[in-house]
Amino acid sequence: MDALAQFISRAILQGTPLLYGATGEIITEKSGNLNLGIPGIMYIGAISGVIGGFFYQNESQSVSPLLAVIIPLLCCLFGSLLTSLLYCFLTVTLKANQNVTGLAITTFGVGFGNFFGGSLIKILKSDVPYLSLVKIAKAYKTTVFPFSDDMGSFGKMIFSHGFMVYLAIIIAVVAGIFLKRTRPGLHLRSVGENPATADAAGINVTLYKYLATSIGGMIAGLGGLFYIMDYSNGIWSNNGFGDRGWLAIAIVIFSIWKPSMSILSSYLFGALYILFNYINVPMTYIPLIQMLPYAVTIIVLIATSVRKKRENQPPHALGVTYFREER
Amino acid sequence: MSPCVFSVNFNTGGTLILNALELKNVTKRFGDVVANNNINLTVKSGEILAILGENGSGKTTLMNMIAGIYFPDEGSIYVNGKPVTISSPKDAFNLKIGMIHQHFKLVDLFTATENIVLGINDKHKFNIKDAEKRVAEISAKYGFDIDPKKKIYDMSVSEKQTVEIVKVLYRGADILILDEPTAVLTPQETEKLFTVIKKMKEDGKSIIIITHKMHEVLSVSDRVAILRRGEYIDTVVTAETNEAQLTEMMVGKKISLNISRSEPKNSVDRLIVKNLNLTNADGVKVLDNISFTAKSGEILGVAGIAGSGQKELLESIAGLINSSKGEVTYIDPSNNSKIDLRKKTPMQIRELGVRLSFVPEDRLGMGLVGNMDIIDNMMLRSYKNGHSLFLDKKPPKKLADKIIKELEVVTPSATTPVRRLSGGNVQKVLVGREISSAPTVLMAAYPVRGLDINSSYTIYNLLNKQKENGVAIIFVGEDLDVLLELCDRILVISSGAVSGIVDGRTAKKEEIGLLMTKAKGAKENEE
Repeated sequence: MDALAQFISRAILQGTPLLYGATGEIITEKSGNLNLGIPGIMYIGAISGVIGGFFYQNESQSVSPLLAVIIPLLCCLFGSLLTSLLYCFLTVTLKANQNVTGLAITTFGVGFGNFFGGSLIKILKSDVPYLSLVKIAKAYKTTVFPFSDDMGSFGKMIFSHGFMVYLAIIIAVVAGIFLKRTRPGLHLRSVGENPATADAAGINVTLYKYLATSIGGMIAGLGGLFYIMDYSNGIWSNNGFGDRGWLAIAIVIFSIWKPSMSILSSYLFGALYILFNYINVPMTYIPLIQMLPYAVTIIVLIATSVRKKRENQPPHALGVTYFREER
Repeated sequence: MSPCVFSVNFNTGGTLILNALELKNVTKRFGDVVANNNINLTVKSGEILAILGENGSGKTTLMNMIAGIYFPDEGSIYVNGKPVTISSPKDAFNLKIGMIHQHFKLVDLFTATENIVLGINDKHKFNIKDAEKRVAEISAKYGFDIDPKKKIYDMSVSEKQTVEIVKVLYRGADILILDEPTAVLTPQETEKLFTVIKKMKEDGKSIIIITHKMHEVLSVSDRVAILRRGEYIDTVVTAETNEAQLTEMMVGKKISLNISRSEPKNSVDRLIVKNLNLTNADGVKVLDNISFTAKSGEILGVAGIAGSGQKELLESIAGLINSSKGEVTYIDPSNNSKIDLRKKTPMQIRELGVRLSFVPEDRLGMGLVGNMDIIDNMMLRSYKNGHSLFLDKKPPKKLADKIIKELEVVTPSATTPVRRLSGGNVQKVLVGREISSAPTVLMAAYPVRGLDINSSYTIYNLLNKQKENGVAIIFVGEDLDVLLELCDRILVISSGAVSGIVDGRTAKKEEIGLLMTKAKGAKENEE
């Protein structure tokens, strides 16, 4: 039983960066921007937080838990915001191709992260190829529910995590309500569905695209930050984040663009991602199991395409640059 | 210009009536093209004003300026006597002006109500249930038949139009502009729409309706304003005018263009179209029992209001649409055998010598790839000829050079991407390529659209030359003067049906104008 509880607990931790990434990408895609730069933005969010945390930990005498959380958090948001704005400027203002821009930003983001990660390691003159922000990580991993200790293994499995696990759920739920029930949510969806109609209805298409992409990017960036500060116990190593950004984009498809669906699908993907550690399979088969999240995504894509239910399709203008009709 | 000019009318009782809307000396240019020149227009409160004009007469441009989509270059607009500036659709909403566009602006995935409230930013709490209630109220008041919760993708064209109208009314519009609202409706739906329009008028709203169907103008409007080639002609009271007078004002006097036209020689039947029918995805009949014969060595003109089925007709013949019913028979000049084109693929039809040079609105059209150069575009038609792995660019290069020289295409070189050429030169490349393959039937749709005078004459000469070579030419045009001088016979279509075939040498412009605006079903009792 304890093994199961531990598995689920790890799956939640594994799924949380994916949830941030997926929620951010859903909000972005609802504006019609297919931001394939999300993996790169998550990298940049992570390294920005690491840079902030690194200097705070190294420069100050005593580390206050509050500042240890806030400084990396703000740095992370700032870094992902700048990258998202770059994406918007290229695709919305300069009308560049979204796919090319997104892929370029992902390549750039991974390189940016590794470059500055490497630089920080150099500053430390460290012998190991990683750097460790233990004091910062401690603040991130502090349990928000003090009572979780008394709840047995299943209580611990759910309630013993740091605040960012729950923040991810809250953001996803709020995003779902925002999209479904609010006026700006309706307007945002209309921009992604049919920007010409939104424009004619007096909605500022450019503003909505910028806002949705920036906020979405910042949320995704938090996923990168969580991965370093909580999941990896404050240890940055180059390329450590891996392909989780792409997994987040796969979750967007898997949850058919619904933030509420993305919560459970993220944990499911997280579970599939680490499943090989908990079942007894020969080494040679591990890649097959690691492939599962992508395989189910393809199955969902096929299923939704076959069923052709209009509500389950991607936003109609996704990936399409909007030009106001001119004569 | 004095900012406080109030324009008022006095009716016979002496009470003051403000004009709902007034345009003074409004001019709009697109580049060198003057779309609206010095237009004056008055809309009274509580009246239905019809705007009548041919294609390209500037009706929609004018209305777009009132709705805030375009901004006038010159002139002033008054609403309820006050001078106003309308620089965005939002400004128009605030002035209680609403436009129902010909192409609906709706989000398919949303419900009727979601579409209706889209873009409204009032202080009320956002509550879709309340909005649904208000939509139902408005529908009941004017007699609309609409389910507030229905998704747009489940709706018929007529329902979508209703949503557009309710959208405008929901925002409290007092002036409604309807851009060709009946073009997509069945006669029954049109009847329903007119009932609603009259109800809105009784409610004190002013309605502007753009249409070119004469009987609709006469049956629904109080006054008619006529535009022609971007110029304002006149506004007349509907009760005091008739079809003939309106048509004459709409098409104007005949202008002589001096296009040469030779007598057809050795004319034989080449293409026989019989009872062609086509229903589009919305269930609207776009081709209605079309029958005609195209003869060799002759130019057959096709006249009609834009969107009357011209595109579908040509595409049906070329085999690009195969859902149509009817017969298309091609008579092979080599052995006079009859070939049923309906059973052939587009490629086989092309090989028979039936060529379609289609130039739709977006200029580059269906025939050219903008990013490829002239030589590569030539190869789009000959790519099947070669058998080796590598391209043989010599023949297409030769052809490209020949077209550039003979048709005087202005281009830096044959390797310039065609999208960098001006509209006229693009058309020359397209038409030149289609002609180069020695067709037996040449279909050209709007080949001179957007061209300057000289380029237009180059195209006319090209067509005439082909005609002398014995090609059967089908020329879809929009300018009646050109059709009357270039074509030997003119097929007039209205709402997808043939409303008449006239002789290009003897027909009168007004005659064609009347045929073009004739309603379906009205033709039997007039002929």
